[in-house]
Amino acid sequence: MTLSLNSFLFVSGLLFAIGFFGVLLRRNVLVIFMSLEMMLNAAILALIAFSRFNGTMDGNLFVFFIITVAAAEIAVGLAIIVALFRKRQSVMVEQLSSLKN
Amino acid sequence: MDVLFIIFAVLTVVPALLMVVSRNPVNGAMFMIISFVGMAALFVLLEAFLLAILQVLVYAGAIMVLFLFIIMLLDMDEVEKIKPGTVTSIASGISLALIIVGVAVLLGSDGLAGQSVAHLAAAPDFPSADNPMGLALSAKAYGFGLFTKYMLPFQLTGVLLLVSMIGVIIISKKRETSQGQEQS
Repeated sequence: MTLSLNSFLFVSGLLFAIGFFGVLLRRNVLVIFMSLEMMLNAAILALIAFSRFNGTMDGNLFVFFIITVAAAEIAVGLAIIVALFRKRQSVMVEQLSSLKN
Repeated sequence: MDVLFIIFAVLTVVPALLMVVSRNPVNGAMFMIISFVGMAALFVLLEAFLLAILQVLVYAGAIMVLFLFIIMLLDMDEVEKIKPGTVTSIASGISLALIIVGVAVLLGSDGLAGQSVAHLAAAPDFPSADNPMGLALSAKAYGFGLFTKYMLPFQLTGVLLLVSMIGVIIISKKRETSQGQEQS
């Protein structure tokens, strides 16, 4: 194994940054949700890399739980987005600010 | 192996970037699928074969198909105006600076890879003769971990799936008004 832990952590950090800026700068709720998934995947990659280089199983097992929770979260989140779209006919975040005042 | 790592890292990062900047959400979802497959290849490089299969099946398969289904169901025709406000711009600038500093620190040091084995062996989870949780590649090892050390989280995950299923059904079902007529 010639690869170092740093290279995997670098890719993971890059993916997390991409997802983070997607959440900050995009206006479409669906794209924001996909960027959230990208951040979760960056965390998964870091966990597997740490687990592999530490020589333990625990990181790999945590990835199981993260994938399950992400699947449940996607199901609930998309149901909420569909309900919002039915009421507002829009998926842009500036139209969805009725809780603000 | 380094060449493979660079190929798969590019295959993961570039579609992720394209996903964030693409105007059409359908194109974004397609790029996301490519990115997830690239990440599964990175998992194979890390010798987590079962998780690579799961990544393709659950993320690139189930989750992104659900996303595409919802995107096409909603059928939005609004054009997104990318005009971030001042607060968003300031927050983005600060976080970009933080990320650049973090990556510089990471690349400047030899990082965690330089730690000695003796230091790692002091960690409580380091595999030894009486700790069966050392790194193994078979699905049997995953099952052993899930049903011994992580039994309670495993059960809670089952409850979570049930709760989310009930929640989705309640959110998406049509509500009856007091007059008895259906309201969407």
